[in-house]
Amino acid sequence: MSETELIRVLGDDDTSPAPYHPSLDDESLLALYRRMVQTRLFDAEMIRLHRQGRVSIYSSSEGEEALAVAAAMTLSEEDWLFPDYRVSGALFERGVPMEEFLAQLFGTSKDLSKGRQIPTHYGSRQRHIASISSPVGNGIAHAVGFAWAARIKKGPEVVLTFFGDGATSEEGFHTGMNIAGVHKLPVVFVCRNNQYAISVPFNLQTGSDTIAVKAKAYGFDGVRVDGTDALAVHDVVREAVERARKGGGPTLVEGVSYRHGAHSTSDDDTRYRKAAEAEAWRKRDPIDRFGRYLKSRGLWDDARDAALRETLESRIQTAVAEAEAAPPPPLESLFDDVYDDLPWHLREQRQDLTDHLRGLKGRKP
Amino acid sequence: MAVISYLDAISHALREEMRRDPTVFLMGEDIGVFGGAFKVTRGFIEEFGEERVIDTPISESGFTGAACGAAIMGFRPVVEFQFADFIACAFDQIVNFAAKCYYRWGIPVPVVFRGPSGGGFRGGPYHSQNPEAWFTHVAGLKVVQPSTPYEAKGLLKAAIRDNNPVIYLEHKHLYRRIREEVPDEDFEIPIGVADVKRDGTDLTIVTYGAMVHTCLGVAERLAAEGAEIEVVDLRSLAPLDKDTILASVSKTGKALVVHEAQLTSGIGGEVAAIIVESCWDALDAPVKRIGALDVPIPFSPTLEDAVLPSEGKIEATARELLEY
Ligand SMILES: Cc1ncc(C[n+]2csc(CCOP(=O)(O)OP(=O)(O)O)c2C)c(N)n1
Repeated sequence: MSETELIRVLGDDDTSPAPYHPSLDDESLLALYRRMVQTRLFDAEMIRLHRQGRVSIYSSSEGEEALAVAAAMTLSEEDWLFPDYRVSGALFERGVPMEEFLAQLFGTSKDLSKGRQIPTHYGSRQRHIASISSPVGNGIAHAVGFAWAARIKKGPEVVLTFFGDGATSEEGFHTGMNIAGVHKLPVVFVCRNNQYAISVPFNLQTGSDTIAVKAKAYGFDGVRVDGTDALAVHDVVREAVERARKGGGPTLVEGVSYRHGAHSTSDDDTRYRKAAEAEAWRKRDPIDRFGRYLKSRGLWDDARDAALRETLESRIQTAVAEAEAAPPPPLESLFDDVYDDLPWHLREQRQDLTDHLRGLKGRKP
Repeated sequence: MAVISYLDAISHALREEMRRDPTVFLMGEDIGVFGGAFKVTRGFIEEFGEERVIDTPISESGFTGAACGAAIMGFRPVVEFQFADFIACAFDQIVNFAAKCYYRWGIPVPVVFRGPSGGGFRGGPYHSQNPEAWFTHVAGLKVVQPSTPYEAKGLLKAAIRDNNPVIYLEHKHLYRRIREEVPDEDFEIPIGVADVKRDGTDLTIVTYGAMVHTCLGVAERLAAEGAEIEVVDLRSLAPLDKDTILASVSKTGKALVVHEAQLTSGIGGEVAAIIVESCWDALDAPVKRIGALDVPIPFSPTLEDAVLPSEGKIEATARELLEY
């Protein structure tokens, strides 16, 4: 398998070639599809909430749902996910309820990160999901270190980390890949190559033809897969996870995709992308493609699709209403967790704040 | 003279310097077609081309090091960090290389490192920081932070023409909010010179950046009650303008230092030490400092508002000193 060949399962008409037997049973195929649709609808709702001023920033995964969901689906419960800000589907696939993710997006008292992180920077120790830190690419090195520790402890964990094509220019990517290669660590690197890092196109990000080829220099395999083909993504990542679990070392998976929307709600992508290019990629929408495959197998139809969307929309609305109703985190919580103890200067600052608040209570606002 | 914003002023300074000096070029993420995350370089790639307006890969350490390399060759690169927080990714190149190259080797590294800093935007722990004190502790670096369009323009020109590496921090909150008349003709504001933004006799507030405006507001309000507060805008944080600070405090006898950056080990400590060491005899009250709480900047608006120094707190502390 070369690092430049694009692995696909779905043919041009989105039915799989005859000899293909999916590794997923029918029920799992449907679960994968439902999750992708949930992700699409959820992301769209967040963009709407942003327009209404209710979510301050959001980065949609529209067009990349197959990558996030199908890759995360290959993990077992003991495994760990080191996500980035554009894989909401992977969070849902790991069992994160929408209410819990929404609490993070709204930064309420129910947010596991206590209102401290910007929207999408979710994390949960219980669900084996690392909390995202904003500097692009630095989570890649953390994933590698986590895998290293798993190796030392002889634990069963495989670590999967997501990042964009832009992140492959950062130190975290290169140093992380290098260490993983040297020690043959149980980590799977999944690059969402959506062709752009905000406005910067792939050819200004790297001089190499593919991302996958970069693995070669670090001594392990790179695989290039059609990121709009849920079945291909699942098969490729499943193999990589199995290899890691058996002690075969890391794999770099490059999922070739496109983000249908802007980089984030602060971006205007029409300044740097041609409408025709975006239009062409929309024709390869991962959800449409996978849906056509399921229909060709007689597993899905339009009526079920409409019903699914209706149910999901209403669940999303309920989750939003519930999450939004929670109050902001208490002010006193500000000083918790800066250190695991409270040094004198923070104790003083907390006292000042408490006195100040008490003083305010007596007065009219 | 045209009325322009703080952001326009930065943009104009860059454009004029690039027209004047062919060795000036720009590097950064999304600064080309996109015009930069905050649109400081909108229209630049059209005027100066891809060789002088370089969209870099996302590798702060790499392009910062590359800028230093080009500087050794005689260029004057201006590096944009998309957010000042991400200067941390290039720390080694700035602190270990740029700051010490001249001392080790006699070759200047005239690079300007620009970045939008500051909180109040719900940017959370990584899009809100005020990193000036990380750098004022490093010999060989100059650090500036303008508070007005006039200064933004004059200081950036001075920074680009300076033979030393300069950290130039722009407060996001000022970008579009502050507008004023700025001369069309070429001018520089020398690095290392503070500016007295308001004369007074009863108390000196030493501050810089966005806090200048907050402190001027407090001074105005207290003036209605008969207090005359002098507001000193440092503008340059390394080197500090010791003479202006001491002249003011010698006159008023009282000093309050205010910055948005976190309190502990901030610029305020240095300024307070200078005052205590050099004009003890003139002091009628203890020197006070106000800065952000010593915690990372949280995303939640309720929490963030409690972390950043508030007008209320500045006013209360100023009153306390006035009554001392
Ligand atoms: C160290 C660092 N530099 C810059 C940024 C600002 N930034 C956030 S996302 C982004 C683009 C990332 O692009 P890519 O990795 O391709 O992922 P995509 O957003 O396209 O999914 C940039 C430059 C950052 N967060 N961290």
